[in-house]
Amino acid sequence: MDFDFSEEQRMLKDSVDRLVTDRYDFDARKVHARGEHGFSEEIWKQCAELGLLALPFSEEDGGFGGGAVETMLVMESLGRALALEPYVATVVLSGGLLRHAASPAQRAELVPQIASGELKLAFAHAERHARYNLAHVETRARKEGDAYVLDGEKSLVLNGDAADKLIVSARVKGTNRDRDGIALFLIDAKAHGVSRRGYATQDGARAAEITLSGVRVPADAALGEPGKALAAIERTVDEAIAALCAEAVGCMEAMHKDTVEYLKTRKQFGVTIGSFQALQHRAVEMFVALEQARSITMYATMMAGESDAAERGRAMSAAKAQVGRSVRFVGQQAIQLHGGVGMTYELKVGHYFKRATMIDMMFGDADHHLAKLAAMGGLIAA
Amino acid sequence: MDLSFTPEENAFREEVRAFFRDQLPDDIREKLVAGLHPSKDDMVRWSRILNKKGWAVAHWPKQYGGTGWTPVQQYIFLEELQLAPAPAPLAFGVSMVGPVIYTFGNEEQKKKYLPRIANLDDWWCQGFSEPGAGSDLAGLKTTARREGDHYIVNGQKTWTTLGQHADLIFMLVRTDPNAKKQEGISFLLIDMKTPGITVRPIITIEGGHEVNEVFFDDVKVPAENLVGQENKGWDYAKFLLGNERVGIARVGASKERIRRLKQLATAERDGDAPLIENQRFREKLAWIEVELKALEMTQLRVVAGEAKREKGKPDPASSILKIKGSEIQQAITELALEVAGPYVLPYRAESADHGWNEPPAGPDWASPLAPAYFNYRKVSIYGGSNEIQKNIIAKAILGL
Repeated sequence: MDFDFSEEQRMLKDSVDRLVTDRYDFDARKVHARGEHGFSEEIWKQCAELGLLALPFSEEDGGFGGGAVETMLVMESLGRALALEPYVATVVLSGGLLRHAASPAQRAELVPQIASGELKLAFAHAERHARYNLAHVETRARKEGDAYVLDGEKSLVLNGDAADKLIVSARVKGTNRDRDGIALFLIDAKAHGVSRRGYATQDGARAAEITLSGVRVPADAALGEPGKALAAIERTVDEAIAALCAEAVGCMEAMHKDTVEYLKTRKQFGVTIGSFQALQHRAVEMFVALEQARSITMYATMMAGESDAAERGRAMSAAKAQVGRSVRFVGQQAIQLHGGVGMTYELKVGHYFKRATMIDMMFGDADHHLAKLAAMGGLIAA
Repeated sequence: MDLSFTPEENAFREEVRAFFRDQLPDDIREKLVAGLHPSKDDMVRWSRILNKKGWAVAHWPKQYGGTGWTPVQQYIFLEELQLAPAPAPLAFGVSMVGPVIYTFGNEEQKKKYLPRIANLDDWWCQGFSEPGAGSDLAGLKTTARREGDHYIVNGQKTWTTLGQHADLIFMLVRTDPNAKKQEGISFLLIDMKTPGITVRPIITIEGGHEVNEVFFDDVKVPAENLVGQENKGWDYAKFLLGNERVGIARVGASKERIRRLKQLATAERDGDAPLIENQRFREKLAWIEVELKALEMTQLRVVAGEAKREKGKPDPASSILKIKGSEIQQAITELALEVAGPYVLPYRAESADHGWNEPPAGPDWASPLAPAYFNYRKVSIYGGSNEIQKNIIAKAILGL
């Protein structure tokens, strides 16, 4: 039992924090957001130089062999910065699929390109009526000789407009929502038959709607055995949940800090409003919600490497439920305690609020995961 | 960061679990599972079993009979004790006055009291709160006037938990009425059989007798019963109140109650369907489990950091243990009402204390549930109400 970080982890945290402090204050973020795909290519390069893009990949594949704890540290910092770069899309989601489904040869080719920052990926999985069901894949992959032909509509593809390549899920057999029959294919984002429509999301990030019509890929574009991809998808999404929980903790920490600071400086009735007990207690309740979220995020981080999918799933659902509820409370109260100025676009707190809220709504909101956990019998055996 | 227990710690957990499994008397275990209170005799019997094993005052320094366990081991011990479920050693002795005596007391006091605390030869109770000094504890008015080699004590204490069983009481008394309110207080040990002491029960809302009022009318106390220095009692009280951090969240106890609740909800039927299959019930329960898991991790953060921390510098996370721990305990007792549904209604006076002798209306497990719900409103009030805890966090951690 040890909650301290190793020397390497501390150095990692320091280097990300430094990048964020030097290059990612709120004004800088506005400039970064004006980049072609809504983020800064230069910051992305710096992430590569710091080794962040190679972080979770094994050393054999050209990575740094970091685990969930390292990802947690990076994501918390990115959360504090409200970073716009496609770290989740490329490194956490697509990187996770490569780690859990791709062949060593595929990884040997792709990981060094990701690590250097030259290759961006996106995971094209969600579909219009899937909501939070990961087995909902109507997109079809039809075998034609040595090739597969893909047809379907992918939705809410995070940073899908910036990606050079897409990892697309498609069904090779069975009916929609069957657990069996799902495959993953790596396709060029500009391949014939792929059309993309990028758009802004509420939190200032970007996503894309992607149509696949008769997209022909060679059989070796498949990641893993076609039809057996769901386990890798679930595992990857579980890792993404742990990572997003950490990002949300970073957002909440910043919101809480800004709010307490505001209570100490804003004066009304001749005194700082932080002298009012009603507001003090609210700030403490935000602190409790934040620390509970931080604690369960550590739990999710610890469980992200668990190979038993059911045990891992329970932990992720517990974390996402707690973080989702904490996010709602901390976010709403951060705006409330800032008063009118909290409503303004020019103040950072509202942007944290928006990002954190979007995190709750991704990969299952609090209620979804609570229902899922309840159906699994909860955390404590009877 | 490595959040798993070491193989040694896991082996230790097995050892502790096996001891509780083999040594905890069945009748005591059954009583606790049913949600009933252990009697004085139960407490004494169990404390002596623990003491024989050397585990009654596990967290004390070794020279006073402690075990020398790491904070993590102490955490595991306490969790397994609560999961057993076994009665915790009487806190007023082992967690409150014991540490004050071995930290601030003189050699004679240590020799006289500490072994008797460990064996529960002396049942201690706490004389801090007064009718006019609750959250504002330093406003206490009970006086101790020095006369030769005695103090003469006059006043009234209240909320004296299990004082009806007590042999001794540790008191905060005002020895200097002219000093600033925190500065004129002393820490005094008093034999409950001393003439002039009257104990009157306070019956709490559920009908149980846990707490008492204690009146002091010219009670003559030997001066040697003063702990530490005169007028320094407030420091000792702060030490005492800050001492009990690990146990305050009661994570193991809440886990045990959830386990019990699941068993009951699996057995209890709504028509033909087990209650546990009710979606809304199950989700409410799942939410409590989520919060409890988060609290458990928060507690482990505190425990793991304890060995490395400077004395007197608590982890900021520790302050939330009391607030969240009490909220969760209350949520469990509240949800337990739903397990019995309408069968929480029948009232049995005995159920709070001693089991019962009349045939129950409805399932026999149902009668302690409503009393527990009513009784557990106390947990967000005692030990510094949750509102006081929030004041403390606002000031000490947020700097407001």
